[in-house]
Amino acid sequence: MSIQVQNINKRFGNFVALDNVSLNFPTGELTALLGPSGCGKTTLLRVIGGLEYADNGRVLLEGEDASDTHVRERQIGFVFQHYALFRHMTLFDNVAFGLRVKPRKLRPGETEIKRKVHDLLNLVQLDWLGDRFPPQLSGGQRQRIALARALAVEPRVLLLDEPFGALDAKVRKELRRWLRRLHDEIHVTSIFVTHDQEEALEVADHIVLMNHGKVEQIGTPQAVYEAPATPFVESFLDLDDHGPDWLVAARLRRKGYALQPVSEHRSAA
Amino acid sequence: MSAAIASNWSGIGAERFEQKAVTREPTWVKWLIITISLSFFALFLLLPLVAVFAEALRKGWEAYLAALVEPDALSSIRLTLIVAAIAVPFNLVFGVAAAWLIAKFDFKGRQLLTTLIDLPFSVSPVVSGLIYVLIFGLQGWYGHWLSDHNIKIIFAIPGIVLATIFVTFPFVARELIPLMEAQGKEEEEAAIVLGASGWRTFWHVTLPNIKWGLIYGVILCNARAMGEFGAVSVVSGHIRGETNTMPLHVEILYNEYQFSAAFAVASLLALLALVTLAIKSVVEWKGRQVAAIQ
Repeated sequence: MSIQVQNINKRFGNFVALDNVSLNFPTGELTALLGPSGCGKTTLLRVIGGLEYADNGRVLLEGEDASDTHVRERQIGFVFQHYALFRHMTLFDNVAFGLRVKPRKLRPGETEIKRKVHDLLNLVQLDWLGDRFPPQLSGGQRQRIALARALAVEPRVLLLDEPFGALDAKVRKELRRWLRRLHDEIHVTSIFVTHDQEEALEVADHIVLMNHGKVEQIGTPQAVYEAPATPFVESFLDLDDHGPDWLVAARLRRKGYALQPVSEHRSAA
Repeated sequence: MSAAIASNWSGIGAERFEQKAVTREPTWVKWLIITISLSFFALFLLLPLVAVFAEALRKGWEAYLAALVEPDALSSIRLTLIVAAIAVPFNLVFGVAAAWLIAKFDFKGRQLLTTLIDLPFSVSPVVSGLIYVLIFGLQGWYGHWLSDHNIKIIFAIPGIVLATIFVTFPFVARELIPLMEAQGKEEEEAAIVLGASGWRTFWHVTLPNIKWGLIYGVILCNARAMGEFGAVSVVSGHIRGETNTMPLHVEILYNEYQFSAAFAVASLLALLALVTLAIKSVVEWKGRQVAAIQ
Protein backbone atom coordinates (compact mmCIF):
# COMPACT_ATOMS: atom_id res chain seq x y z
CA MET A 1 0.00 0.00 0.00
CA SER A 2 1.27 3.45 -0.82
CA ILE A 3 1.59 6.10 1.83
CA GLN A 4 1.57 9.82 1.22
CA VAL A 5 1.86 12.63 3.71
CA GLN A 6 0.96 16.16 2.63
CA ASN A 7 1.94 19.39 4.37
CA ILE A 8 2.14 17.89 7.83
CA ASN A 9 2.79 20.34 10.68
CA LYS A 10 3.16 19.40 14.31
CA ARG A 11 4.17 21.49 17.30
CA PHE A 12 4.73 20.55 20.91
CA GLY A 13 4.34 23.89 22.67
CA ASN A 14 6.98 26.10 21.08
CA PHE A 15 8.93 23.21 19.64
CA VAL A 16 8.32 22.58 15.95
CA ALA A 17 8.51 18.83 15.49
CA LEU A 18 7.32 18.71 11.87
CA ASP A 19 7.54 21.70 9.57
CA ASN A 20 5.38 21.31 6.47
CA VAL A 21 6.50 17.79 5.60
CA SER A 22 5.31 16.20 2.35
CA LEU A 23 6.47 12.73 1.37
CA ASN A 24 5.60 9.81 -0.83
CA PHE A 25 6.37 6.26 0.29
CA PRO A 26 6.21 3.81 -2.63
CA THR A 27 4.35 0.50 -2.30
CA GLY A 28 6.33 -2.52 -1.17
CA GLU A 29 9.50 -0.63 -0.39
CA LEU A 30 11.50 -0.34 2.80
CA THR A 31 12.10 3.32 3.61
CA ALA A 32 14.31 4.71 6.36
CA LEU A 33 13.54 7.96 8.16
CA LEU A 34 17.01 9.04 9.15
CA GLY A 35 18.12 11.97 11.25
CA PRO A 36 19.54 13.11 14.59
CA SER A 37 17.41 12.82 17.73
CA GLY A 38 14.76 15.52 17.94
CA CYS A 39 14.54 15.88 14.15
CA GLY A 40 10.88 14.79 14.05
CA LYS A 41 11.32 11.34 12.50
CA THR A 42 9.54 9.45 15.28
CA THR A 43 6.75 12.04 15.39
CA LEU A 44 6.25 11.61 11.65
CA LEU A 45 6.08 7.84 12.04
CA ARG A 46 3.52 8.15 14.85
CA VAL A 47 1.45 10.56 12.78
CA ILE A 48 1.41 8.09 9.90
CA GLY A 49 0.44 5.33 12.31
CA GLY A 50 -2.28 7.41 13.92
CA LEU A 51 -0.77 7.38 17.41
CA GLU A 52 -0.21 11.12 17.14
CA TYR A 53 -2.28 13.72 15.34
CA ALA A 54 -0.80 16.41 13.12
CA ASP A 55 -1.84 20.03 13.71
CA ASN A 56 -2.68 20.18 10.01
CA GLY A 57 -1.91 18.33 6.80
CA ARG A 58 -3.10 14.97 5.54
CA VAL A 59 -2.01 11.36 5.64
CA LEU A 60 -3.14 9.34 2.61
CA LEU A 61 -3.14 5.56 2.83
CA GLU A 62 -3.59 4.09 -0.62
CA GLY A 63 -4.83 7.44 -1.85
CA GLU A 64 -7.49 7.70 0.87
CA ASP A 65 -7.37 10.39 3.52
CA ALA A 66 -6.69 8.58 6.80
CA SER A 67 -6.52 11.69 8.96
CA ASP A 68 -9.85 10.83 10.62
CA THR A 69 -9.34 7.07 10.66
CA HIS A 70 -8.72 5.67 14.12
CA VAL A 71 -5.42 3.90 14.59
CA ARG A 72 -7.44 0.74 15.25
CA GLU A 73 -8.82 0.79 11.71
CA ARG A 74 -5.68 1.77 9.84
CA GLN A 75 -4.46 -1.83 9.56
CA ILE A 76 -0.90 -1.00 10.38
CA GLY A 77 1.77 -2.96 12.13
CA PHE A 78 3.80 -0.98 14.63
CA VAL A 79 7.08 -2.09 16.18
CA PHE A 80 8.31 -0.13 19.20
CA GLN A 81 11.86 0.63 20.22
CA HIS A 82 11.39 -1.07 23.58
CA TYR A 83 9.31 -3.91 22.07
CA ALA A 84 6.17 -3.16 24.15
CA LEU A 85 5.41 -6.85 24.47
CA PHE A 86 2.57 -7.71 26.86
CA ARG A 87 4.70 -8.82 29.77
CA HIS A 88 2.09 -10.99 31.48
CA MET A 89 1.28 -13.01 28.34
CA THR A 90 3.23 -15.87 26.82
CA LEU A 91 4.89 -15.17 23.49
CA PHE A 92 2.24 -17.26 21.81
CA ASP A 93 -0.53 -15.13 23.35
CA ASN A 94 1.36 -11.98 22.43
CA VAL A 95 1.42 -12.94 18.77
CA ALA A 96 -2.19 -14.20 18.90
CA PHE A 97 -3.47 -10.97 20.53
CA GLY A 98 -4.20 -9.11 17.31
CA LEU A 99 -6.18 -12.08 15.96
CA ARG A 100 -8.14 -12.64 19.15
CA VAL A 101 -9.33 -9.04 19.44
CA LYS A 102 -10.80 -9.00 15.95
CA PRO A 103 -14.57 -8.50 15.74
CA ARG A 104 -16.39 -11.80 16.09
CA LYS A 105 -17.29 -11.94 12.41
CA LEU A 106 -13.68 -11.53 11.24
CA ARG A 107 -12.06 -13.55 14.00
CA PRO A 108 -10.46 -16.82 12.88
CA GLY A 109 -11.18 -19.98 14.85
CA GLU A 110 -8.81 -21.08 17.61
CA THR A 111 -7.21 -23.82 15.47
CA GLU A 112 -6.68 -21.32 12.67
CA ILE A 113 -5.14 -18.86 15.15
CA LYS A 114 -2.87 -21.62 16.46
CA ARG A 115 -1.66 -22.47 12.97
CA LYS A 116 -1.09 -18.85 12.08
CA VAL A 117 0.80 -18.01 15.26
CA HIS A 118 3.07 -21.02 14.82
CA ASP A 119 3.73 -19.97 11.22
CA LEU A 120 4.72 -16.51 12.41
CA LEU A 121 6.85 -17.85 15.25
CA ASN A 122 8.60 -20.05 12.69
CA LEU A 123 9.06 -17.04 10.44
CA VAL A 124 10.94 -15.23 13.21
CA GLN A 125 12.66 -18.53 14.11
CA LEU A 126 11.39 -18.62 17.68
CA ASP A 127 8.68 -21.30 17.58
CA TRP A 128 10.39 -23.22 20.37
CA LEU A 129 9.86 -20.29 22.77
CA GLY A 130 6.08 -19.98 22.41
CA ASP A 131 5.21 -20.71 26.04
CA ARG A 132 7.83 -18.39 27.57
CA PHE A 133 7.18 -14.90 28.87
CA PRO A 134 8.79 -11.77 27.36
CA PRO A 135 11.13 -11.02 30.30
CA GLN A 136 12.78 -14.43 29.79
CA LEU A 137 14.02 -13.42 26.32
CA SER A 138 17.00 -11.49 25.06
CA GLY A 139 16.44 -8.11 23.44
CA GLY A 140 16.91 -9.42 19.91
CA GLN A 141 14.44 -12.25 20.51
CA ARG A 142 11.90 -9.84 21.99
CA GLN A 143 12.08 -7.58 18.97
CA ARG A 144 11.56 -10.51 16.64
CA ILE A 145 8.46 -11.50 18.63
CA ALA A 146 7.25 -7.90 18.44
CA LEU A 147 7.62 -8.10 14.69
CA ALA A 148 5.72 -11.38 14.52
CA ARG A 149 2.96 -9.85 16.63
CA ALA A 150 2.72 -6.86 14.29
CA LEU A 151 2.61 -9.12 11.23
CA ALA A 152 -0.13 -11.35 12.67
CA VAL A 153 -2.90 -8.96 11.65
CA GLU A 154 -1.56 -8.86 8.07
CA PRO A 155 -0.95 -5.12 8.15
CA ARG A 156 -1.00 -3.06 5.01
CA VAL A 157 1.93 -1.04 6.34
CA LEU A 158 4.71 -1.87 8.75
CA LEU A 159 6.05 0.99 10.87
CA LEU A 160 9.17 0.43 12.97
CA ASP A 161 10.28 3.00 15.53
CA GLU A 162 14.04 2.63 16.12
CA PRO A 163 13.55 -1.14 16.09
CA PHE A 164 17.19 -1.94 16.82
CA GLY A 165 17.92 1.07 19.02
CA ALA A 166 17.89 -0.83 22.31
CA LEU A 167 20.09 -3.71 21.13
CA ASP A 168 23.82 -4.13 21.40
CA ALA A 169 25.94 -3.51 18.32
CA LYS A 170 26.40 -7.10 17.22
CA VAL A 171 22.77 -8.16 17.60
CA ARG A 172 21.74 -4.94 15.90
CA LYS A 173 23.72 -5.83 12.79
CA GLU A 174 22.42 -9.38 12.65
CA LEU A 175 18.85 -8.30 13.16
CA ARG A 176 18.85 -5.58 10.55
CA ARG A 177 20.18 -7.97 7.92
CA TRP A 178 17.50 -10.40 8.95
CA LEU A 179 14.86 -7.64 8.62
CA ARG A 180 16.12 -6.90 5.11
CA ARG A 181 15.77 -10.55 4.10
CA LEU A 182 12.35 -10.75 5.72
CA HIS A 183 11.21 -7.70 3.81
CA ASP A 184 12.43 -9.24 0.58
CA GLU A 185 10.13 -12.17 1.37
CA ILE A 186 6.97 -10.39 2.44
CA HIS A 187 7.21 -7.06 0.59
CA VAL A 188 4.91 -5.10 2.87
CA THR A 189 5.36 -1.33 2.59
CA SER A 190 7.61 -0.49 5.53
CA ILE A 191 9.00 2.62 7.14
CA PHE A 192 11.61 2.46 9.85
CA VAL A 193 13.00 5.25 11.96
CA THR A 194 16.68 5.30 12.82
CA HIS A 195 19.45 7.67 13.84
CA ASP A 196 22.08 5.22 12.69
CA GLN A 197 23.45 6.16 9.24
CA GLU A 198 25.06 2.79 8.66
CA GLU A 199 21.80 1.01 9.43
CA ALA A 200 19.82 3.17 7.00
CA LEU A 201 22.40 2.82 4.26
CA GLU A 202 22.59 -0.94 4.64
CA VAL A 203 18.92 -1.84 5.01
CA ALA A 204 16.71 0.68 3.23
CA ASP A 205 15.53 0.93 -0.37
CA HIS A 206 15.02 4.65 0.14
CA ILE A 207 16.28 7.08 2.71
CA VAL A 208 14.49 10.20 3.89
CA LEU A 209 16.93 12.48 5.69
CA MET A 210 15.39 14.80 8.24
CA ASN A 211 16.66 17.66 10.39
CA HIS A 212 14.79 20.17 12.56
CA GLY A 213 11.38 18.92 11.41
CA LYS A 214 12.19 19.29 7.72
CA VAL A 215 13.08 16.85 4.98
CA GLU A 216 16.64 17.46 3.81
CA GLN A 217 16.94 14.85 1.09
CA ILE A 218 15.19 11.81 -0.34
CA GLY A 219 16.82 9.10 -2.41
CA THR A 220 18.36 5.65 -2.61
CA PRO A 221 21.18 5.00 -0.13
CA GLN A 222 23.71 5.26 -2.91
CA ALA A 223 22.28 8.51 -4.25
CA VAL A 224 22.17 10.30 -0.90
CA TYR A 225 25.60 9.05 0.06
CA GLU A 226 27.29 9.93 -3.21
CA ALA A 227 25.48 13.19 -3.85
CA PRO A 228 24.41 14.79 -0.57
CA ALA A 229 22.06 17.69 -1.28
CA THR A 230 22.83 19.84 1.75
CA PRO A 231 25.80 20.39 4.07
CA PHE A 232 23.80 18.74 6.84
CA VAL A 233 23.34 15.55 4.82
CA GLU A 234 26.98 15.52 3.91
CA SER A 235 28.19 15.76 7.47
CA PHE A 236 25.50 13.46 8.84
CA LEU A 237 26.29 10.68 6.38
CA ASP A 238 30.02 11.04 6.76
CA LEU A 239 30.69 7.82 8.60
CA ASP A 240 34.34 8.70 9.11
CA ASP A 241 33.23 11.72 11.02
CA HIS A 242 31.95 9.86 14.10
CA GLY A 243 33.63 9.16 17.40
CA PRO A 244 36.05 11.11 19.58
CA ASP A 245 38.40 13.53 17.80
CA TRP A 246 41.42 11.24 18.16
CA LEU A 247 39.49 8.40 16.49
CA VAL A 248 38.31 10.58 13.61
CA ALA A 249 41.85 11.82 13.08
CA ALA A 250 43.34 8.31 13.28
CA ARG A 251 40.81 6.95 10.82
CA LEU A 252 41.55 9.69 8.34
CA ARG A 253 45.30 9.22 8.74
CA ARG A 254 44.93 5.53 8.06
CA LYS A 255 43.17 6.34 4.82
CA GLY A 256 45.90 8.80 3.90
CA TYR A 257 43.79 11.94 4.28
CA ALA A 258 45.01 15.09 5.89
CA LEU A 259 43.15 16.05 9.08
CA GLN A 260 39.96 17.93 8.23
CA PRO A 261 38.47 20.59 10.47
CA VAL A 262 35.65 19.16 12.60
CA SER A 263 32.35 20.15 11.05
CA GLU A 264 29.77 22.02 13.07
CA HIS A 265 27.04 19.46 12.48
CA ARG A 266 28.83 16.67 14.21
CA SER A 267 27.65 17.75 17.63
CA ALA A 268 24.06 17.83 16.41
CA ALA A 269 24.32 14.27 15.20
CA MET B 1 22.46 -8.59 40.82
CA SER B 2 24.49 -7.12 43.69
CA ALA B 3 24.40 -10.48 45.41
CA ALA B 4 25.78 -12.07 42.27
CA ILE B 5 28.59 -9.53 42.16
CA ALA B 6 29.36 -10.05 45.83
CA SER B 7 29.56 -13.80 45.46
CA ASN B 8 31.72 -13.35 42.40
CA TRP B 9 34.14 -11.25 44.36
CA SER B 10 34.33 -13.62 47.31
CA GLY B 11 35.04 -16.32 44.77
CA ILE B 12 38.24 -14.60 43.72
CA GLY B 13 39.29 -13.80 47.27
CA ALA B 14 37.87 -10.28 47.56
CA GLU B 15 35.43 -9.40 50.35
CA ARG B 16 32.73 -6.84 50.73
CA PHE B 17 33.73 -4.02 53.02
CA GLU B 18 31.33 -5.14 55.77
CA GLN B 19 33.09 -8.46 56.11
CA LYS B 20 36.46 -7.04 57.02
CA ALA B 21 37.11 -5.90 60.59
CA VAL B 22 39.20 -2.90 59.54
CA THR B 23 36.67 -1.43 57.13
CA ARG B 24 33.65 -2.20 59.28
CA GLU B 25 31.88 -0.07 61.88
CA PRO B 26 32.99 -1.00 65.42
CA THR B 27 30.91 -3.75 67.03
CA TRP B 28 29.58 -1.52 69.79
CA VAL B 29 28.10 0.87 67.22
CA LYS B 30 26.34 -2.02 65.54
CA TRP B 31 24.81 -3.28 68.78
CA LEU B 32 23.90 0.23 69.95
CA ILE B 33 21.92 0.93 66.78
CA ILE B 34 20.23 -2.46 66.84
CA THR B 35 19.31 -2.06 70.53
CA ILE B 36 17.88 1.42 70.03
CA SER B 37 15.73 0.43 67.08
CA LEU B 38 14.52 -2.79 68.69
CA SER B 39 13.57 -1.12 71.96
CA PHE B 40 11.79 1.64 70.05
CA PHE B 41 9.91 -0.99 68.11
CA ALA B 42 8.99 -2.89 71.29
CA LEU B 43 7.95 0.20 73.22
CA PHE B 44 5.87 1.98 70.62
CA LEU B 45 4.52 -0.82 68.43
CA LEU B 46 4.63 -4.16 70.17
CA LEU B 47 3.68 -3.09 73.70
CA PRO B 48 0.42 -1.30 72.76
CA LEU B 49 -0.62 -4.27 70.68
CA VAL B 50 0.03 -6.68 73.53
CA ALA B 51 -1.69 -4.27 75.92
CA VAL B 52 -4.87 -4.23 73.82
CA PHE B 53 -5.22 -8.00 73.95
CA ALA B 54 -4.13 -8.24 77.60
CA GLU B 55 -6.68 -5.63 78.69
CA ALA B 56 -9.38 -7.19 76.54
CA LEU B 57 -8.90 -10.58 78.17
CA ARG B 58 -8.33 -9.28 81.69
CA LYS B 59 -11.76 -10.44 82.84
CA GLY B 60 -11.55 -13.71 80.96
CA TRP B 61 -12.91 -15.13 77.73
CA GLU B 62 -16.54 -15.00 78.77
CA ALA B 63 -16.52 -11.28 79.47
CA TYR B 64 -14.59 -10.80 76.25
CA LEU B 65 -17.17 -12.63 74.16
CA ALA B 66 -20.05 -11.00 76.02
CA ALA B 67 -18.66 -7.56 75.13
CA LEU B 68 -18.56 -8.54 71.47
CA VAL B 69 -22.05 -10.02 71.16
CA GLU B 70 -23.66 -7.17 73.04
CA PRO B 71 -26.29 -5.62 70.64
CA ASP B 72 -24.63 -2.19 70.37
CA ALA B 73 -21.25 -3.79 69.69
CA LEU B 74 -22.74 -6.08 67.06
CA SER B 75 -24.47 -3.15 65.42
CA SER B 76 -21.19 -1.18 65.32
CA ILE B 77 -19.44 -4.15 63.74
CA ARG B 78 -22.22 -4.45 61.18
CA LEU B 79 -22.09 -0.74 60.37
CA THR B 80 -18.30 -0.80 59.97
CA LEU B 81 -18.56 -3.70 57.56
CA ILE B 82 -21.34 -1.99 55.58
CA VAL B 83 -19.38 1.26 55.31
CA ALA B 84 -16.23 -0.55 54.16
CA ALA B 85 -18.25 -2.64 51.72
CA ILE B 86 -19.51 0.53 50.04
CA ALA B 87 -16.45 2.79 50.35
CA VAL B 88 -13.81 0.30 49.20
CA PRO B 89 -15.40 -0.75 45.86
CA PHE B 90 -16.21 2.89 45.18
CA ASN B 91 -12.60 3.94 45.74
CA LEU B 92 -11.38 0.93 43.80
CA VAL B 93 -13.23 2.07 40.68
CA PHE B 94 -12.46 5.76 41.11
CA GLY B 95 -8.85 5.15 42.12
CA VAL B 96 -8.18 3.04 39.04
CA ALA B 97 -9.95 5.54 36.78
CA ALA B 98 -8.04 8.50 38.23
CA ALA B 99 -4.69 6.72 38.12
CA TRP B 100 -5.31 5.60 34.54
CA LEU B 101 -6.18 9.12 33.48
CA ILE B 102 -3.18 10.70 35.20
CA ALA B 103 -0.60 8.10 34.22
CA LYS B 104 -1.60 7.40 30.63
CA PHE B 105 -2.89 10.70 29.29
CA ASP B 106 -1.60 14.23 28.91
CA PHE B 107 -4.15 16.95 29.44
CA LYS B 108 -4.52 20.39 30.92
CA GLY B 109 -5.07 20.32 34.67
CA ARG B 110 -3.33 16.97 35.11
CA GLN B 111 -1.09 18.41 37.82
CA LEU B 112 -4.11 19.95 39.54
CA LEU B 113 -5.92 16.62 39.57
CA THR B 114 -2.86 14.92 41.03
CA THR B 115 -2.81 17.47 43.83
CA LEU B 116 -6.55 17.14 44.44
CA ILE B 117 -6.23 13.39 44.86
CA ASP B 118 -3.77 14.02 47.69
CA LEU B 119 -6.09 16.49 49.39
CA PRO B 120 -7.69 13.97 51.78
CA PHE B 121 -4.20 13.07 53.04
CA SER B 122 -3.26 16.66 53.75
CA VAL B 123 -6.52 17.77 55.35
CA SER B 124 -7.23 16.85 58.96
CA PRO B 125 -9.97 14.16 59.06
CA VAL B 126 -12.01 16.33 61.42
CA VAL B 127 -12.07 19.08 58.78
CA SER B 128 -13.11 16.50 56.16
CA GLY B 129 -16.06 15.58 58.34
CA LEU B 130 -16.96 19.20 58.98
CA ILE B 131 -17.06 19.89 55.24
CA TYR B 132 -19.89 17.37 54.91
CA VAL B 133 -21.73 18.80 57.91
CA LEU B 134 -21.38 22.23 56.29
CA ILE B 135 -22.82 21.01 52.99
CA PHE B 136 -25.45 18.49 54.05
CA GLY B 137 -26.11 19.42 57.70
CA LEU B 138 -29.36 21.01 58.82
CA GLN B 139 -27.74 24.46 58.89
CA GLY B 140 -25.71 23.67 55.77
CA TRP B 141 -26.10 24.60 52.08
CA TYR B 142 -28.53 21.83 51.17
CA GLY B 143 -29.87 21.29 54.68
CA HIS B 144 -33.35 22.74 54.07
CA TRP B 145 -33.86 21.03 50.76
CA LEU B 146 -32.75 17.70 52.24
CA SER B 147 -34.98 17.95 55.30
CA ASP B 148 -37.91 19.03 53.11
CA HIS B 149 -37.46 15.87 51.10
CA ASN B 150 -36.91 13.79 54.19
CA ILE B 151 -33.40 12.76 53.24
CA LYS B 152 -30.97 12.23 56.09
CA ILE B 153 -27.28 12.38 55.32
CA ILE B 154 -25.60 13.83 58.38
CA PHE B 155 -25.97 11.79 61.58
CA ALA B 156 -26.93 8.85 59.38
CA ILE B 157 -25.23 6.14 57.35
CA PRO B 158 -24.92 8.11 54.07
CA GLY B 159 -22.83 10.78 55.82
CA ILE B 160 -20.55 8.16 57.36
CA VAL B 161 -20.09 6.49 53.99
CA LEU B 162 -19.36 9.84 52.29
CA ALA B 163 -16.80 10.86 54.91
CA THR B 164 -15.11 7.44 54.72
CA ILE B 165 -14.93 7.58 50.92
CA PHE B 166 -13.38 11.03 51.11
CA VAL B 167 -10.76 10.09 53.67
CA THR B 168 -9.76 6.84 51.94
CA PHE B 169 -9.86 8.15 48.39
CA PRO B 170 -6.09 8.51 47.77
CA PHE B 171 -5.01 5.00 48.76
CA VAL B 172 -5.72 3.15 45.52
CA ALA B 173 -4.82 6.03 43.17
CA ARG B 174 -1.58 6.82 45.08
CA GLU B 175 -0.53 3.21 44.89
CA LEU B 176 -1.20 2.95 41.15
CA ILE B 177 0.01 6.26 39.69
CA PRO B 178 3.78 5.70 40.11
CA LEU B 179 3.41 2.08 38.99
CA MET B 180 1.48 2.99 35.86
CA GLU B 181 3.77 5.89 35.06
CA ALA B 182 6.78 3.59 35.30
CA GLN B 183 5.13 1.09 32.96
CA GLY B 184 4.51 3.77 30.33
CA LYS B 185 1.84 3.53 27.68
CA GLU B 186 3.61 1.57 24.96
CA GLU B 187 1.82 -1.68 25.74
CA GLU B 188 -1.55 0.08 25.50
CA GLU B 189 -0.50 1.68 22.22
CA ALA B 190 0.58 -1.70 20.91
CA ALA B 191 -2.80 -3.19 21.84
CA ILE B 192 -4.74 -0.35 20.17
CA VAL B 193 -2.66 -0.59 17.00
CA LEU B 194 -3.43 -4.31 16.90
CA GLY B 195 -7.11 -3.41 16.84
CA ALA B 196 -8.14 -3.86 20.48
CA SER B 197 -10.92 -1.64 21.83
CA GLY B 198 -10.23 0.66 24.78
CA TRP B 199 -12.23 -1.59 27.09
CA ARG B 200 -10.43 -4.71 25.95
CA THR B 201 -7.06 -3.00 26.24
CA PHE B 202 -7.89 -2.08 29.83
CA TRP B 203 -8.98 -5.60 30.84
CA HIS B 204 -6.32 -7.55 28.98
CA VAL B 205 -3.29 -5.28 29.07
CA THR B 206 -3.55 -2.56 31.71
CA LEU B 207 -5.27 -4.44 34.53
CA PRO B 208 -3.01 -7.53 34.59
CA ASN B 209 0.01 -5.24 34.79
CA ILE B 210 -1.25 -3.36 37.84
CA LYS B 211 -2.88 -6.32 39.59
CA TRP B 212 -0.56 -6.57 42.60
CA GLY B 213 -0.35 -2.84 43.17
CA LEU B 214 -4.13 -2.66 43.01
CA ILE B 215 -4.62 -5.42 45.57
CA TYR B 216 -2.14 -3.69 47.85
CA GLY B 217 -3.97 -0.36 47.49
CA VAL B 218 -7.33 -1.98 48.23
CA ILE B 219 -5.95 -3.61 51.38
CA LEU B 220 -4.66 -0.29 52.71
CA CYS B 221 -7.89 1.44 51.70
CA ASN B 222 -9.95 -1.17 53.55
CA ALA B 223 -7.82 -0.93 56.68
CA ARG B 224 -8.32 2.81 56.82
CA ALA B 225 -12.02 2.62 55.95
CA MET B 226 -12.66 0.33 58.93
CA GLY B 227 -10.40 2.22 61.28
CA GLU B 228 -11.29 5.83 60.44
CA PHE B 229 -12.25 7.83 63.52
CA GLY B 230 -12.00 11.61 63.05
CA ALA B 231 -14.13 12.31 60.00
CA VAL B 232 -16.70 9.66 60.89
CA SER B 233 -16.94 10.96 64.44
CA VAL B 234 -17.96 14.42 63.20
CA VAL B 235 -20.75 13.23 60.87
CA SER B 236 -22.02 10.23 62.80
CA GLY B 237 -23.81 11.82 65.75
CA HIS B 238 -22.82 8.85 67.94
CA ILE B 239 -26.28 7.30 68.03
CA ARG B 240 -25.86 3.95 69.75
CA GLY B 241 -26.87 0.93 67.78
CA GLU B 242 -27.43 3.12 64.74
CA THR B 243 -24.57 5.36 63.69
CA ASN B 244 -21.67 4.05 65.76
CA THR B 245 -18.84 2.38 63.91
CA MET B 246 -16.34 0.22 65.77
CA PRO B 247 -13.80 2.98 66.49
CA LEU B 248 -16.59 5.23 67.81
CA HIS B 249 -18.01 2.42 69.90
CA VAL B 250 -14.60 1.85 71.45
CA GLU B 251 -14.40 5.49 72.45
CA ILE B 252 -17.87 5.49 74.03
CA LEU B 253 -17.19 2.33 76.02
CA TYR B 254 -13.89 3.73 77.20
CA ASN B 255 -15.46 7.02 78.30
CA GLU B 256 -18.01 5.02 80.28
CA TYR B 257 -15.19 3.21 82.12
CA GLN B 258 -16.08 -0.15 80.52
CA PHE B 259 -12.43 -0.78 79.92
CA SER B 260 -12.39 -4.46 79.10
CA ALA B 261 -15.39 -4.09 76.77
CA ALA B 262 -13.65 -1.17 75.04
CA PHE B 263 -10.48 -3.20 74.65
CA ALA B 264 -12.43 -6.20 73.44
CA VAL B 265 -13.86 -4.23 70.53
CA ALA B 266 -10.50 -2.56 70.00
CA SER B 267 -8.87 -5.98 69.85
CA LEU B 268 -11.13 -6.82 66.91
CA LEU B 269 -9.81 -3.76 65.08
CA ALA B 270 -6.26 -4.73 66.03
CA LEU B 271 -6.90 -8.24 64.75
CA LEU B 272 -8.15 -6.75 61.52
CA ALA B 273 -4.92 -4.75 61.27
CA LEU B 274 -2.87 -7.89 61.83
CA VAL B 275 -4.79 -9.81 59.20
CA THR B 276 -4.36 -6.86 56.82
CA LEU B 277 -0.61 -6.85 57.43
CA ALA B 278 -0.44 -10.58 56.86
CA ILE B 279 -2.32 -10.29 53.55
CA LYS B 280 -0.14 -7.33 52.60
CA SER B 281 3.03 -9.36 53.22
CA VAL B 282 1.70 -12.24 51.17
CA VAL B 283 0.77 -9.87 48.35
CA GLU B 284 4.17 -8.18 48.42
CA TRP B 285 5.92 -11.54 48.48
CA LYS B 286 3.78 -12.80 45.63
CA GLY B 287 4.36 -9.58 43.67
CA ARG B 288 8.12 -9.93 44.15
CA GLN B 289 7.96 -13.53 42.97
CA VAL B 290 6.18 -12.46 39.81
CA ALA B 291 8.72 -9.68 39.30
CA ALA B 292 11.56 -12.17 39.79
CA ILE B 293 10.16 -14.48 37.13
CA GLN B 294 9.98 -11.57 34.75
